Amino acid sequence: MDDQNTDDLNSLVAQTASRLFGDHMTHALSAAAEEGAFPAGFWTAAEEAGLTLAMVPEAAGGVGLGAEGCAAIIRLAGAHAVPLPLAETMLANRLLVAGGRELGEGILTFAATSGSLSLRREGAGWRLSGVAARVPYGRNAQSLVVVGEEDGAGRLACVPLSAGTLTPGENIAREPRDDVAFDLLLEADAVTQSPFGPAEAERMGAAVRAIALAGALDTVLELTATYVGERVQFGRTLSKFQAVQQQVAILATQTAAAGGAAGLAAQALGEGLAFAPIAAAKVRAGEAAGIAAGIAHQMHGAMGFSYEHQLHFLTKRLWAWREEFGNEAVWSRRLGADVLRRGADDLWPFIAAA
Amino acid sequence: MHHFEFPPAQLPEDAQALRAEVRAFLAETIATRTPLERAQSWIGFDADFSRRMGERGWIAMTWPKAYGGHERTALHRYVVLEEMLAAGAPVAAHWIADRQSGPTLLRYGSAAQRADILPRIATGQCFFCIGMSEPGSGSDLAAARTRAEPVEGGYRVSGTKLWTTYAHEAHYMILLARTAPGERHEGLSQFLVDMKTPGITVRPIVDIAGAHHFNEVHFEDVFLPADSILGNPGDGWKQVMGELAFERSGPERFLSSFTLLKELVRVLADDPREAAQEAVGRLVAHLIVLRRLSTSVAGMLQAGQDPQLDAAVVKDLGALFEQEIPEIARRLVSGEPSLASTSSFLNVLAYTTLNAPSFSLRGGTREILRGIIARGLGLR
Ligand SMILES: Cc1cc2nc3c(=O)[nH]c(=O)nc-3n(C[C@H](O)[C@H](O)[C@H](O)COP(=O)(O)OP(=O)(O)OC[C@H]3O[C@@H](n4cnc5c(N)ncnc54)[C@H](O)[C@@H]3O)c2cc1C
Repeated sequence: MDDQNTDDLNSLVAQTASRLFGDHMTHALSAAAEEGAFPAGFWTAAEEAGLTLAMVPEAAGGVGLGAEGCAAIIRLAGAHAVPLPLAETMLANRLLVAGGRELGEGILTFAATSGSLSLRREGAGWRLSGVAARVPYGRNAQSLVVVGEEDGAGRLACVPLSAGTLTPGENIAREPRDDVAFDLLLEADAVTQSPFGPAEAERMGAAVRAIALAGALDTVLELTATYVGERVQFGRTLSKFQAVQQQVAILATQTAAAGGAAGLAAQALGEGLAFAPIAAAKVRAGEAAGIAAGIAHQMHGAMGFSYEHQLHFLTKRLWAWREEFGNEAVWSRRLGADVLRRGADDLWPFIAAA
Repeated sequence: MHHFEFPPAQLPEDAQALRAEVRAFLAETIATRTPLERAQSWIGFDADFSRRMGERGWIAMTWPKAYGGHERTALHRYVVLEEMLAAGAPVAAHWIADRQSGPTLLRYGSAAQRADILPRIATGQCFFCIGMSEPGSGSDLAAARTRAEPVEGGYRVSGTKLWTTYAHEAHYMILLARTAPGERHEGLSQFLVDMKTPGITVRPIVDIAGAHHFNEVHFEDVFLPADSILGNPGDGWKQVMGELAFERSGPERFLSSFTLLKELVRVLADDPREAAQEAVGRLVAHLIVLRRLSTSVAGMLQAGQDPQLDAAVVKDLGALFEQEIPEIARRLVSGEPSLASTSSFLNVLAYTTLNAPSFSLRGGTREILRGIIARGLGLR
């Protein structure tokens, strides 16, 4: 596809996603999702719009959107605080196709081997054992794509969630994050080679969360700018007070920084999952999230602290997503260790190449 | 409400080759420059270095060939600037002329002024200073009191400009002065001023680090010929605002402390402390993202857009970043900062600590930038 067609398709899909999210998202739906009600109708509509196949090439039965288009969907989903495993299903399908497999059916999620979860050869087959920790939407998904490795090469399995034992959990935004214990013997051909190993799977996760953070921040900024323009105290809208203007301006700069981070993440998601841009994106978007959530709540006063207002659906996601797939401390440490190992004279070339 | 998009900017295909060329040039020309000298960043003045940059075609890169320019893109220019700053090359002599005075002359100068001056800027042999601030007019630029009174054949100028960086080295100033009484924004005009004109006195002002970069420039009945006015009389305010957009978007807005970061990485080397790795990694993450935002602004400029708000965002974030580096570095390495220290890390730390306050003042203060952003958001 040439650039013009790609741009057109991207903007078409973004419009579709935006309309779909706008039509379905209500306070009641967000509140029900927190109580564990999966919005099945919304999910079906998203699937029918092709969003879950966005990252899969056309030749493999997908939509073939490219990184920018996929990032646009994920960012919009973040902006609308959509309580669906859209990014997870998109990535799981991409992993499946890259691993030479059929597209998955229905809701998919993914996990990388690490901690106690392992995927090892046993006899003529493979054993999947241990706990897949904090699996997004584990309770709702049909299949789990497990990314492991053998001698440094990626390995991929796709197992039904029903084959594991699930202990429900949730993040601070009350999105399902379930522990799933497995002890399964898999046939030899149930595990295939994958160009992506656990490190790449984690990077994919970090990239999509950085992008989603930027989306949530877009809305947090918009809500805040609107609120201070309407709320009147001392006979004026709050927006007329310079102290308020300066705070909202900081919120805008942090939102812009997260947007830049999301751009880096999107590009890396499309071009080989480079370490530095993804690390930088997760660190920067995560830091912006904390600063922005604080300012947004301050500007909203007690109203924004009430469950009735919508702000908390977004700020809670900021606090949740900045932790997932490695928080700022984790990625900073990795990035810093890499930079220090390369040494001072490689610092600029490293940055200019990121 | 303004939406900050920051579309990705694609560096041109030959940017890689250009980058390699600049690095090779720098490796050769500034090899003996110490970290402390490099830390001066874009206020390091070296007329000879500027001339050599001119010879390589790295000044006036985007200007028409007719004026000695090279008709390359804003992104080519960006690559050269960031390589110069990252290496700590002494670019100050031509910096202001290349960044803002030249572009202002291109737009508002007379044919004769353009033909005479622009080619000299391009060869790195003609330097400019900025005559905006005054004793009573800092953030509130419209309060300028310097008067340019219309007289037979031109104008007579009286008043004082303050904080004028490198006025003592510059050949010309672009001066903001009041040509008609009028209220605030009205009645201001810009002038091209030859610094050798009789009646101009330049007095040094020493900064907190003991260095002399900026000055007080006193005008006492200085006669300027009629053709020294730039653009239309009374359009000075509009023109100055356009000039400030050039001033706020470049890589100099977040690379001022880069030498300190580099020396920090050098002293930490393979420091096993997680705190050190985390602090350095965080700064590098910020830098990678700032660079992304800043190249995006360069791309918008190239596309002919007016990214004033986006530039304000980059400058505000950039200044915070530059100012944070010394505060973080000092806690990771033992030893006290001193310009006299034989440790490069400690003398660069001293230099950067002393200069950091200026990063959120020059080119528009933090509060003014945030006011601009708030206006863009529709708050005022
Ligand atoms: C290193 C350096 C080099 C410089 N070089 C030049 C040069 O070459 N040419 C030139 O013309 N100028 C130059 N300047 C001057 C620079 O442009 C001014 O310092 C700047 O515009 C601020 O003006 P001021 O210093 O008078 O501060 P003021 O305007 O007096 O501000 C002081 C403080 O009050 C705050 N403040 C002011 N107004 C408001 C407001 N409305 N709302 C909230 N807060 C406000 C400011 O943000 C600042 O924190 C230079 C300055 C420095 C530090």
